[in-house]
Order: sequence, then structure tokens, then C-alpha cells
Amino acid sequence: MTALTGAVVPRKYLPVLVTAGLFAAMFVAGGARYEGFFSTQVVLNVFIDNAFLLVVAVGMTFVILTGGIDLSVGSMVALATMVAAVLLNAGWPPVAVIVVVLLIGAGLGLGMGCMIHFFEIQPFIATLAGMFLARGLCYTIGTDSIPITDPTFTAAAQTQIGLGGGLWISPSVLIAVAVVGVAAYVLHQTRFGRTVYATGGNEQSARLMGLPVARTKLGVYTISGFCSALGGLLLAFYMLSGYGLHAVGLELDAIAAVVIGGTLLTGGSGFLIGTVLGVLILGLIQTVISFQGTLSSWWTKIFVGLLLGVFILLQRVITARKK
Amino acid sequence: MNRRLLWPAVVLALLLLLNLLFTPGFLSIEVKDGHFYGSLIDILRFGAPLVLVSLGMTLVIATGGIDLSVGSVVAISGALACLAISEGTGVLAAVAVAVAVALVLGAFNGFLVAVVGIQPIVATLILMVAGRGLAQLITDGQIITVTDANFKVIGGGYLLMLPFGILLALVVLAATVFLTRRLALGLLIESVGGNAEASRLAGLRSRGILITVYAFAALCAGIAGVMVASNVSSADGNNAGLWIELDAILAVVIGGTLLTGGRFSLGGTVLGALVIQTLTTTIYSIGVPPETTLLFKALVVAAVCLLQSTAFRSKVFPQRERPVARPATTKDTTEVAR
Amino acid sequence: MTSAAPILQLTGIGKQFPGVTALDDVDLRVLPGEVHALMGENGAGKSTLIKVLTGVHPADSGTILLDGREVTFAHPLEAQHAGISTVYQEVNLCPNLSVAENILLGREPRRFGRIQWKSLRRRAAERLAALELDLDVTAPLAQYSLAIQQMVAIARALEVEARVLVLDEPTSSLDTDEVEQLFRVMRNLKEQGVAILFVSHFLDQVYEIADRMTILRNGRREGDYPIGELGQVELIAKMIGRDLAELERLDDRPPARTTGTLLEADQLGRTGGIEPFTLTIREGEVVGLAGLLGSGRTEVARLLFGADHATSGSVTIDGEPVSLRTPQIAMTHKIAFCPEDRKADGLIPDLTVRENVVLALQARRGWTRPIPREQQAQLVDRYIKALKISPADPEQLVRNLSGGNQQKVLLARWLILEPRLLILDEPTRGIDVGAKAEIQRLVAELSDGGMAVLFISAELEEVLRLSHKVGVLRDRRLIAELPNDDTLTTEVLMQTIASGGRS
Repeated sequence: MTALTGAVVPRKYLPVLVTAGLFAAMFVAGGARYEGFFSTQVVLNVFIDNAFLLVVAVGMTFVILTGGIDLSVGSMVALATMVAAVLLNAGWPPVAVIVVVLLIGAGLGLGMGCMIHFFEIQPFIATLAGMFLARGLCYTIGTDSIPITDPTFTAAAQTQIGLGGGLWISPSVLIAVAVVGVAAYVLHQTRFGRTVYATGGNEQSARLMGLPVARTKLGVYTISGFCSALGGLLLAFYMLSGYGLHAVGLELDAIAAVVIGGTLLTGGSGFLIGTVLGVLILGLIQTVISFQGTLSSWWTKIFVGLLLGVFILLQRVITARKK
Repeated sequence: MNRRLLWPAVVLALLLLLNLLFTPGFLSIEVKDGHFYGSLIDILRFGAPLVLVSLGMTLVIATGGIDLSVGSVVAISGALACLAISEGTGVLAAVAVAVAVALVLGAFNGFLVAVVGIQPIVATLILMVAGRGLAQLITDGQIITVTDANFKVIGGGYLLMLPFGILLALVVLAATVFLTRRLALGLLIESVGGNAEASRLAGLRSRGILITVYAFAALCAGIAGVMVASNVSSADGNNAGLWIELDAILAVVIGGTLLTGGRFSLGGTVLGALVIQTLTTTIYSIGVPPETTLLFKALVVAAVCLLQSTAFRSKVFPQRERPVARPATTKDTTEVAR
Repeated sequence: MTSAAPILQLTGIGKQFPGVTALDDVDLRVLPGEVHALMGENGAGKSTLIKVLTGVHPADSGTILLDGREVTFAHPLEAQHAGISTVYQEVNLCPNLSVAENILLGREPRRFGRIQWKSLRRRAAERLAALELDLDVTAPLAQYSLAIQQMVAIARALEVEARVLVLDEPTSSLDTDEVEQLFRVMRNLKEQGVAILFVSHFLDQVYEIADRMTILRNGRREGDYPIGELGQVELIAKMIGRDLAELERLDDRPPARTTGTLLEADQLGRTGGIEPFTLTIREGEVVGLAGLLGSGRTEVARLLFGADHATSGSVTIDGEPVSLRTPQIAMTHKIAFCPEDRKADGLIPDLTVRENVVLALQARRGWTRPIPREQQAQLVDRYIKALKISPADPEQLVRNLSGGNQQKVLLARWLILEPRLLILDEPTRGIDVGAKAEIQRLVAELSDGGMAVLFISAELEEVLRLSHKVGVLRDRRLIAELPNDDTLTTEVLMQTIASGGRS
């Protein structure tokens, strides 16, 4: 199949196309099986419910493209919600809160990047420490859920932006889409983005080519931290609370979305659109299960695991052919 | 080798000392109700599952791999055992089934890594995610409670005046030491992890070794799962073994085994697991809010890894070049062909 | 046209590594617009010299003058910025990026931070056109053959305005047409005044393209000559000829073996590695394999050990056909292989001497049957004494040993197995003279004791001293099989290599 389609479509797009095909197939199958499934609003709902995951996954994509990994994203999201809740309840203006939270995320990300690049600690371990740190800070701030009553946040949670024809989305979706757009621009139109790909392709070569590998590596972890913080804010809009137990295991969802989207964990290969599709597929699985009603929700995990397995095998087959 | 054990041992000693300051009777062991009793016993008992999982993880990491799925295996094994017992199966049979399934799952991981050639972190991620769902499926999202007295012994009972769990962990430790040091499994594992190509050219078939270590890791996790379930006389598919793989990896790293593989230290791992367990206990006993456990863990991880990192040591403690007759190593940017 | 003043002048370069003198008072002079070949066998110091020149290692002594000005490089990037670009055998580019990006990334046309793709593609195409290449510059680099990738690497080097281009073994993976293309490009560059330092072991090619050559041997400069001045045989003599410091007069040649055939390889070959060859090894016979670097000697060895899969031909042992697909299978047939690259293919660096020595034996027994400690101690002790491994501590980590001792540890590993055929690939390279003699004595003893040995070495006296017959390889072909009688001398061997067996 690769030989056939390779002639029509460049091989690098193959994984993403497979993902897209899978998404379409799921959507059609669901529409055939369930009443009311086959509607645009269903897809939009997936976006609404998973806007925060999409933002986090975008940050994760940058890291994975360089061949690294970031296990701290879930904890950062929770930390962001906690900090936001605490500061808002202390009377800080929403704009200041947003800025502080984003800075904290970026700062922690930069810290992990430094550990990884300057002290040569493996990304797995360094971001694991980050995960413990962020989650620990959450619990230190408070162990209960802190409600958010600030009017700006509540407005963000409840506003429905009409798209005409009865369709609507939330402001978070717009933010998420904007993030995807900016990220895509950076990855494909700037030297930084191309260096990200180069570093993932062959870090040593990239260094020898004179590319700013150090800055790039620090940059991607900072971006991931920033996106985690932003995702946390979006989650805070959604849940209207700060809670240390938010987003437990979110890093796995983000990694799954990136892998399902066709990006190789070894780095250097993959597209943001794939990540978007990956998030959509994860969300769609959840939707199917809720439509089904009778299936227990832990089938989600099993499906996701199996899907991951299928995609990884696919990636293996495609990359093995390349050799 | 012994130098690597120094740091974790020192940290452990410091932690125990800290405990002693706050709780003067900390190190005392009494005999109550016919068995040993005391804080130290508690640490060992509650740390036994982590020790078990970490032992299996050590061998996997020594081959240069990693196993993220052990937590899910803990949950699956506990769930299977409790399900079987609650439906009338005998304790021994139920435990046997649970552990056997764990073994098969581990072999599957090994198959993905050794035969299909998938990166260990990715291959075990699959079972980590799907396995958790499977555990939840088995327990149907509920907590399966069992009341069998025999089952309770495994995690909560006593034998020879010591908690059964500690003895079980000791037995597994002894078995692991036997397999790796008495038999030649340790040498072959360290060889594969140290230089896979040279090992191949020395006649080693790495496939068998890899499948064995992943199966063993899952076996340890399976036993730990039964122990955990027995401790609380119930199986919780959602929370059993949650994040234990991270603690296990930490225990291995603290114990001095490098994530890149090669030489491993079972004693180091046990020390590492005890450090983590003692850390949790210390935090309780000195009155620091338990929520900060994770913060301290983060600090310990960061500290140990930084100290182990040669890049860190050379930047912070610059030393003279040691005059050892070593072949020119390459932190080179490229190796010019001959 | 070359001008008189050299663009690059290295004087008195010295470089020491612990226990080894890699370079000793080496000079090198490269004129602008010339192709200068750097010749020498493994261990001669070529790669170290290149590394010193390009900033990978600092020199311990000596000066580098670039265009008359003294320079020191702390990092390869500094060398690049100064105008010295290197294209390595493993093409240091990013295969996942497009051709255009690989040429221009880092210097791409931008406006307000945004890459101007049209402009980038155009410039890349222009660069390639100057090298007579017409590629789809948007395609990923991985899609193209290694030959093309090398050209792209050269295009990038030119883009950064290199004045000296170092080509390290550029033709190793190229076919004849691709080599011609590369040479056309090189001649173009010559006319533009770029100086090219051409490292290669393919003698024909060197004679075709180079203007001058510098020969290194054992870390010293043998000399530099204009191409016309030195014939191939003389060149070979200078590269691997007699080392006067090393004595030991040639004793009686070993009489030819008349024992039974142990192993016969019939048209055994591997595409891209070695052309099909036929070789017979008798019991207790020492078969020498002589040839230059890259002639295919190691490939022969690896095929006979099952380290690589053969794509053609067959092997019989004791008359029975066998399929040597893995090292394990070869070991069951009592074949042992001591590889050339002990670091990558041989030793486990963090394990002890004892563990490295017993590894193959243990692997053969499987992990369920450990070798008893006392037996291990005895065996290891025996070989430490027999091979004079120093320090004589079995618990010493093998990476702390000197190169020579590491080689001995590796040898011990295979000797323990008491093989019927022992394949030794450059066992005496990088070893001091005393140890060399010991190993040679050992080989003779083993052979007399009935062990067949396939002895691979670039040092012709060694091969002649020990072998019953000598196979000569060149350019990945076994070109001759010569009995080691009185008529066989090092000159004859060198002639055979030089003539390529064509007659």
C-alpha cells in the first residue's frame, strides 16, 4: 500500500492521512449507529470539551518533535487552576492573574529545559521531577477544590459564540484554534520551528550545521510549560474551580493524541494537524461511549490503548520500510 | 560499586535520624500480640509492594529499557484475584491465576520490544493505558471486597512474627539475587544493556533475555498487586498501583542503576525504594503536611539525578583530568571514519 | 591555477592521548585550488589530524595557519565560520528535512522572521545547479541516495563560503558514475580556487583526482609528493611498509598444511559488502588476509562468523553445508571472531576483565548454567598470565585498561572457547611491539596445536611470518590466493594489491 500511495502522496503525510481516515470512519460509523450523532455540533462539542487538551497537546508536540517528552503537563495544568483560583479569590484582577499563571508555566518549563540541556538529565526524569514539583505545589496550596466566582472567568465559561445555524462554540475553542494557528506558523515558517524538526531528526548534525540547538531545546520546554499553563486556564474556565486533582493523567492523553496524530516519538517527523486529529479522535471515543450509554467508561482507556498500539505498529511498519 | 550505594544509604540514614528527632521511640521494635511491632516494621511492610515492583523494574532498566505498565499490572492482578475469590475460588488458585496473567502480559511487552522492535517507553505505554481500562473493567468500576481470612494473610498477616509481606518481598529478593548473581542472568543482562552489538557478537541472543526481563517485571508487579489487594482486602481498579511505576523508576535511579542500562544494583534499588517509603513516613511523623510529599520527592529526584550527572558534577565541582590510561572517549561531535 | 602561498599550513602538530601518541610533529601544506590527498592506514593519524584541523580536538603542539594567519579552533563551528568545512562519510545533515532546508537552514532568506520559501528554494536550486545537480529541492533528504546526500552536504559547505573543503572518505558508498560526478564537481571547485583535502583509501581515485598527497604513518608524516612523483607500489610501501624499529627477522616460513579441509566458502558474498569469493581453510592452517583499509577484509570475517547475512553463496564445514546466519550458530560450529573495533563490537566497558573474558563461554552455556566461580577464577587467571594482561586484576573495569590489554582480554574471551577456527581482525593494531610479538607467537602455537586461524592484518610482514597462504583483497574483491612459499615477499604482495590482480 505504501508503494502505491507513495506515488500519489508523499510518504511523510501517510500517518496523518491514516489518522484522518480513521476519524472520518469513526464519525460515519457513529452517525450510522446513533441517533443525533451525525451533526456538526457533535464535532464542535468535542472541541468545546477538549479545548484545554488541545492546547496542552500542541505544547507536547513541540517537545516530542525534538525527540523529548514532557511528563509534567498534567500537573502544570492543575497548578495553573490552583494559582488562578487562589489569586482571584484574593482579589487580583483577572488579567494580572492570567499573566502570572502563564509566566509560572513558562518559567517552570524553562527550568526543566535547563536541567535537560545543561545538565544532560534525560527528559523523562527531569519532567518527572517537574510533575512531582507542580503537583506537590498544588497540594501545598490546598487540598480542596477552590471555586472560582470571578465574572470574567464565569463569562468565559458560559458564553456561547454562535456560528449561525444553531451551532455554537465557547471562547476556549477560539483560543485553542488560535494557539494551533500560531504554532503551525512557527513550526513551518520560522527558523526556530525548522530547527525543532532538525533537532529531532539528528541533533548532532543540527549542531554541526550551526543551528541554535541549545536555544531550541530550551524553547520547546518553555513552550510546553506555557501551553500547559494556558490549558490550565482554559480548564479553569470550564470547571470554574481550582483543584489539585484536576488533570491527573492528562500527560498520557496528550502523548496519546500526539502519537495517534502520526508524530514519531523519536522526533523529527509529524504535523500539528495530526495532533488536532488525535485530540478529536480521543474526544470522539468519549462521545461514542456516552452515546452508547451502556458501555462503561473504562472502555475508553482500553480503546485508547488499542488505538495507540495500532498506530505505533503502523509507524513501525512505515519507518521500517524507509530503511 | 559500593560508592554508588553510599548516597542512598546516607540519605536513608539521615531520614531515619530525622524521624528519631521527632519521635524518640521511632527506632524501637517491640513484640506485641506475638509479632514484631514498630515504625520500622511499618516502613518495611508498606514498602514491600514498591520493593517488589522496583526489583522487576531494575532488570528492565538494566537492559536499557523501561516499563511504564507495572502499575496497571498491579491493578489487574489485584482485581483478578479478588474477583476469583469473591466468586468462590480458593485463595491459592486465585493468586496463581492473577500472577500467571501478569506473567503473560509481561511477556507480551517483551515481545513488542524484542521481536517487533518498538521502543520500550512506547510499547509499555500501550499496556499502561489499556491495562488500566482492563482493571477497571474487571472490577466494573467498583471496589471488590473480599473477606477471606487466608487471603488477608498475604498483605496483612504475620508469619514467624514478621508481617507476611516483608517475608514475601525477601523471598522474591532472594530469588532475584539467585537468578541474577548465582545464575548468569545478571551478567547477560548487564552485557546487553552495556553494549548490545558487542553482546550479539559474543553469541548472546538478546531476544530471550529481553522477553524474560519484561515478564519478570510483570511477575513482580503481579505479586505486588496481590499483596496490595490483600492489605486492604479489596481491589480498586481505579487507584491500585497508580503511579507506582514512577516511584519504582525513581527507586532504581536513586539506587545507582543508570537509565541507559548496564550495571545494576539490587541492593541499591531496595535502598532506593526504602528511601522513598521512609520519605513518606518522615513527612507524616515530623508533622509536615502530607500534601508536600510530592514536593520533597521532586527535590530528592532532582538532587540525586544532578549528583549522578557527570555534566553537573564537572560544571559545579571542576576537577583535574584524572590520568587514567583510557582510550580517547568521544563526547565528540562526530567520529571521523577511521 | 594554483598560487604559491598555501591557504592552509599545519606545522609541527602533535597530539597525545593517554598512553598513545596519535600525532608526532606533523606538517601539512595545502595550496588554494588544489586537491590534496591525505593517505594512511588505520591508526596512522589521518582522522586525528582532521579532528585537530576542524576543531574537534585541540592540538597539544604546533600551529595552524589559515591564509597566513594563525588560528585555533575550540569547536567545529569556529572552523566552519573561518572557512574550513568538512563533509564526513556519515553526511551530517538532517534526513527528515528537505534538500533546500539542509542547504540553507541557518542562513535562509527571511523577512520579519518569516522564511521566504520561494527564495529559499530558488537559491538551493542555484547552488545545486553549480554542482550540476537537478533535484526536487522540496523532497526530504532521506529520499535520496547517499551519493546525492553528499553532494547536498557539499552544497551546504559552499553556501557557507568554504575556502578549504575537507572530504572524508566521500566515495566509499558511491558507484562509478557517482564518483565521476563527484570528481567533476571537485574540478569545478578547484577552478574556483577552493582547496580540497581529500581523504581516501581508494588508490585509483586518488591518482585520478589529486594533485598532491601527504602520507601519514604511525602518527608521523612520511612525506608529501606531487601525484606524478610516486607510483602505486611505492605509495603502498610508504603506507604499510617495513617499520625499521620492529625487528624480529623472518624465520622459516611455515610449511604448507596438508591437513583436511575445515571450512570452505563457495562464492560467498554480500551485496554492498564484498563480492562473491571462494576460500578454503584447512585444519590448523593460518590463512592471512592482506589488503588495504576498505578492501573487504572485515566483511569476509563477518560473513564467516555470521555477524552479517550473506546474500549469495554457501559455506560447508567438514563437508556439511551450514547456514551461518547468526554468531551463535557460528559458535556452535566452533568458529570464533575477534573484531577489529574492540570498543564498539567487542568489549562491554563497564564490566570487569573477568566478566568480559567469560562472556562468550557463558553465552554459549545459557544463563541457567553459570560457570562456577572457582572455574572462572582459574580460567581468567590462566589467560591473564598467558597473555600477560596488565594490570593482572580480574576485577578491574575493562575500560580502564590500555588498548593493547583490552585487545588481549578480547582474545582471551575467544581462546577460552577453544575454537577450531579463530578469526582475528587486526589483532595487533594499536599495540606495543612487545605485545605484538607475543600475540604472533601465540597464533603460531595455536596453529601448531590444530586451530585454524584467519589472520587479517594490514602489516604485510606479520601476515607473511604467520600464514600458510595469503588471500589478497582490493576494493571489496578477493583478487588472489597465494601460497606462502619462498617466492612470496612483501613486494610481491604490494604489487598484487597495486595491480588489482589484473593481469
